[in-house]
Amino acid sequence: MIHDIPLPVVDNPIDAVFWQRATGGKLAVQVCSSCDSARFPPRPYCPTCQSSDHQWHIASGAGTIWSYVVPHAPLLPAFGEQLPYVVALVELDDYPDIRLVGAITESLEADIQGIDGSYVAIGDSVSAVFKKMDDETFLLRWLKAVDSI
Amino acid sequence: MYKNKTAIVGIGQTEFSKKLDPSELELACEAVLAALAEAGIHPSEVDALGSYTMEDTSEAELARTLGFGDLNYFGQVSYGGGAAPGVVGQVALAVASGVAKVGVVWRSRKRSDPRSRVWSQVNARVDDHWKWSRPSGLLRPVDEVAMLMQRYMYEYNVSREQLAQVAISQRRFAHKNPRALMAGREMTLDDYMNARMISEPLCLFDNCLETDGAIAVVIVSADRAKDLPQTPVYIHAYSQGMSQQHQVMSDFHRANPLHHNSNAAASNLWRQSDYGPGDIQAAQIYDAFSPAILFSLEAYGFCKEGEGADFFADNCLTASGGTEGLKLAINTSGGGLSEAYIHGMNIVLEGVRQVRGDSTAQVKGLDNCLITGCDPTPNAAMILSRCS
Repeated sequence: MIHDIPLPVVDNPIDAVFWQRATGGKLAVQVCSSCDSARFPPRPYCPTCQSSDHQWHIASGAGTIWSYVVPHAPLLPAFGEQLPYVVALVELDDYPDIRLVGAITESLEADIQGIDGSYVAIGDSVSAVFKKMDDETFLLRWLKAVDSI
Repeated sequence: MYKNKTAIVGIGQTEFSKKLDPSELELACEAVLAALAEAGIHPSEVDALGSYTMEDTSEAELARTLGFGDLNYFGQVSYGGGAAPGVVGQVALAVASGVAKVGVVWRSRKRSDPRSRVWSQVNARVDDHWKWSRPSGLLRPVDEVAMLMQRYMYEYNVSREQLAQVAISQRRFAHKNPRALMAGREMTLDDYMNARMISEPLCLFDNCLETDGAIAVVIVSADRAKDLPQTPVYIHAYSQGMSQQHQVMSDFHRANPLHHNSNAAASNLWRQSDYGPGDIQAAQIYDAFSPAILFSLEAYGFCKEGEGADFFADNCLTASGGTEGLKLAINTSGGGLSEAYIHGMNIVLEGVRQVRGDSTAQVKGLDNCLITGCDPTPNAAMILSRCS
């Protein structure tokens, strides 16, 4: 069993752009150059028109909580130490077909620990922020919008 | 045609337990030999094998240990708990098409050791689709199902008290079943509501048991089945199911994540079947987590979307562990929640017992049973029938 938080591979050519943009605090979305469909997770071909041509757009980062969970033990040690925390699935406001998983945070300094289920509700507005784990690896967190706290 | 061309003619199992000492190979051998003995078929006749990709005992090891003959079909099905009806269905395809004559399907698993849990073996760096969720602390299958259930409860105004009826009903069936790990262990609504949470909104009792054990079934042609000692249990229809744009377990990126693989399996299953949902008398529904019962009731067409909890309370909830008066008896052995969790194979056995007429919670006059695989993974379903 690993003792640190599992991290994503960030240099796979299929999704490396997402992780590179994340280091700059930007949420990148893969969009088909042929039919303009956005897709997530990144893939080498468009499932709508089968084109391999694509671009990366920068989303606003604003989103709405579609659902969330509050994990309890037993967990990996690194997550057990973070309890309580909440993980949300969020729909992007400017790409409504796209949903991304991220833990809820009150601030990047405090990170994910100490958030319980009463802090969030389905339908809450959130925005994307990125927590630095190492020089290349920044994880998406969802920061609750000030006007919905 | 596939319909009723093959039959399950033998079932075997080890004891179900929190801890068994023999190896998974030894447990597999015990279950397979029991199934073949019941079927009246010598091991040297076995020429087809089916198993899960997650099975640790290889076909070669099992075959040379038990003295099988030359093997002409051996196949595995992926995606863990989705597999069971798929493995049985594929071996039946091999037998129905004449490729093989005697098929054995088995699953052997020592799951009680916490180190055996797949989520605890996550790597330091993740590069499959779980890279988009596990680093955020959405780690275990229960978390992934809880994400969908939280939305479902919001969307359809379903309460934890309503979901509790699934676990309570299956526990009542388990009390009748001496093989069930939870036989005699009472569980009330209060027990459920006060149980520790595992991933809100799901609590301990929404999760399947961790079990050591092995199970096997024997499949032959319908013609051969007529000459064997057990009541033939015909494989009436089968389909695998993987919905378009599916992502295994963390299935969050489809147009509607509340539509699952069961929708894909169901429509193709009913297309091939002489029975429709209204004709089904008992169902063994894969239940690693209790929400799968509600999701599956809707996907297989027993009720409309969002009505699973009401349908369950009105038609499926046993008051005493018996099946009298139930329109649809579900998981009559106790299922994964209260009998044992052998990766969905124990509910296959219960389906066979129902059709044979020797379940501990027997549905009177039953002649068919639906068996399903895991809802949030690529899966399969089949209908077993007493009539050829």
